[in-house]
Amino acid sequence: MTQLNRRRLMQAGGSVLMLGTASGTAIFSAEAQAQETVKIGLLHSLSGTIAIAEASLVDAEKMAIEEINAAGGVMGRKIEVVVEDGASENAVFAEKARKLLERDKVAAIVGCYTSASRKAILPALSRAKGLLFYPTYYEGQEQDKHVIYTSQEATQSVVAAVEWMAKEKGKNFFLVGSDYIYPRTCNKIAKPSIAKLGGKVLGEEYAPLGHTEFSSIINKIKAAKPDCIYSTVVGGSNVAFYKQLRAAGLDGTKITLLSTVVSENEIDGIGKDNAVGYYACMGYFQSLKTPANEKFVKAFKAKYGQERVIGDPMEVAYNSIYVWKLAVEKAKSFDPEKVLAAAANVEIDAPEGKVRVHASNQHVWKKVRVGKALPNGQFDIVWESPSPVEPNPFPTL
Amino acid sequence: MNLDIAVMQIFNGVSLFTILLLMAIGLAIVFGLMGVINMAHGELMALGSYVTYLTATAFAKFAPGLMGVYLFVAIALAFAVTFAFGWLLERGFVRFFYNRPLDTLLATWGLSLILQQAYRSIFGAQEVSVPLPLWLSGAWEPVAGIQLPISRIFIIGLTVAVAVGVYLLLNRTRWGLRVRAVTQNRAMSAAVGIDTQRLDALTFALGAGLAGIAGCVFTMIGSTNPGTGQLYIVDSFIVVVFGGVQSLIGTALSGFAIAQSQTTLEYLMSGSMARVTILLLVIVVLYFRPNGLFAAKSRS
Repeated sequence: MTQLNRRRLMQAGGSVLMLGTASGTAIFSAEAQAQETVKIGLLHSLSGTIAIAEASLVDAEKMAIEEINAAGGVMGRKIEVVVEDGASENAVFAEKARKLLERDKVAAIVGCYTSASRKAILPALSRAKGLLFYPTYYEGQEQDKHVIYTSQEATQSVVAAVEWMAKEKGKNFFLVGSDYIYPRTCNKIAKPSIAKLGGKVLGEEYAPLGHTEFSSIINKIKAAKPDCIYSTVVGGSNVAFYKQLRAAGLDGTKITLLSTVVSENEIDGIGKDNAVGYYACMGYFQSLKTPANEKFVKAFKAKYGQERVIGDPMEVAYNSIYVWKLAVEKAKSFDPEKVLAAAANVEIDAPEGKVRVHASNQHVWKKVRVGKALPNGQFDIVWESPSPVEPNPFPTL
Repeated sequence: MNLDIAVMQIFNGVSLFTILLLMAIGLAIVFGLMGVINMAHGELMALGSYVTYLTATAFAKFAPGLMGVYLFVAIALAFAVTFAFGWLLERGFVRFFYNRPLDTLLATWGLSLILQQAYRSIFGAQEVSVPLPLWLSGAWEPVAGIQLPISRIFIIGLTVAVAVGVYLLLNRTRWGLRVRAVTQNRAMSAAVGIDTQRLDALTFALGAGLAGIAGCVFTMIGSTNPGTGQLYIVDSFIVVVFGGVQSLIGTALSGFAIAQSQTTLEYLMSGSMARVTILLLVIVVLYFRPNGLFAAKSRS
């Protein structure tokens, strides 16, 4: 008897230890433990350089999960969240993805922001036959059989953005971007579209990532005298670019600048005064006037604070959880392969409107919008595509 | 290239020169004179930026009428705070690593990671936006077609003041004389009664304080986030090493050479290619002049 007791004591001690190690990453609630649960992994950078853009996605995802749990869960099971920090390092992403898939046995991962981090976890997904929901706009050129891409790929926003500018603002373009794959792919898509519209590209410039000195590029823009600037400058460079462009006298009244990467979140860092009058092309804007969005914004602010803003990737992150839920219910299974197969044609009523997974390419049909930055850091939506735009991750260029 | 653009390009070169100089001048003192490789120098600039952000926030809340002059208060505060922090850093950390350059490198790199994460925990991972006083925004247009950003003109003026101040401090005061004596021969200086420990702390703190001023000013043209310092540290080291360690004049001239070639090359080719070309030039020059362009002659 005493032996048994000691053994049981040690077992208990062991599980307490395990709980101790796990509690740093997993959120347990007594209620969720009481019944059978299903685990979802949230894998984003909470530290490091990319955390600037990525950390807030977790907030939106957690909110969706809490809503679903409050409404009874998925197929009668509550969702249990496991959050991991990719720490802005691709190797860490790969390691954490393996941990989520093999140790935690999550039914799906919602995660990644940069394409590099997504590519880094593909081998782990393939080995464990896992499922990833990728909630960030990106350059396309990928269709991995373990991933559902819930945001706009490049053609969806770039083509619409260029057409809108050519029609409303003028046909002489200047393309500026940071020097990596997303801007270069976007511009590759933009150029034939501009040519098709009878427009001209007067210049195409790339600044190294993290560049803070845009004065020479701005002078090139001044010398070329374009009607429109299409910008894919990202991160801290964006702040420098907007500030210096305005200081050089090219504010929103003098030139049309449109970016496919500046959402409400980025404006927070750029400074409202510096972004006023410039445009952005996104799937979602916080200022969208629909009952679904007003409800979403209200719930988010009530949960995380009135001063928080919601950018496009956050809303998509929130949607991703619901796409997974509907796909699970359609598949009547949590098995990633079955969920993936069932995901085709799944449609949700998102804050941004109807979002539907494509029948064959794992991307989503969604509306595209152009907004003009206002002094309060929000966007005035000046154009909206009449119907959802088809995703085309492998455009013929 | 027409005349307007040429004038603005020359102005850009001068502006970038002052920015590089402001960045490098603190490092020139810490690394150049004291020989301390401080990898956390960029984070000291970020500290200056965050002090500026806090000052702006405080002014917006308590004295919105005085927003026009908050920057001057911010410059003073940024200097004071980073100076104090630099002093603590030298006394509590850096001095244990003197004469161990490799350990200093690793230790200060670790410190830089700690500081970055600390900023992230305190101020959030998001960029913070620092407002620009109205009189500094926009451009000055001396003739139609030529726009010179007022913020950059301000930076040029400030850098000239700071550089002249540092030069006078080092070359025209007794304190500067002692600093130069210690850098040339520590043992001898101590033997003639100079308190070298106190001097080390003050010199390091001065370098840190100058980094704080640079950080404060850079909020006008760049971004402020926990990783901001990383954007500037490489350029700062290039300017100091290229100019020749131990030579403030060298730092200034190297800043000028790099700034002018960078703006010119950036105009003629793509930004990334310009960067590559500059780095190649620096490597070639350092190959033939390993001590930098303007190495101080010494017997040691």
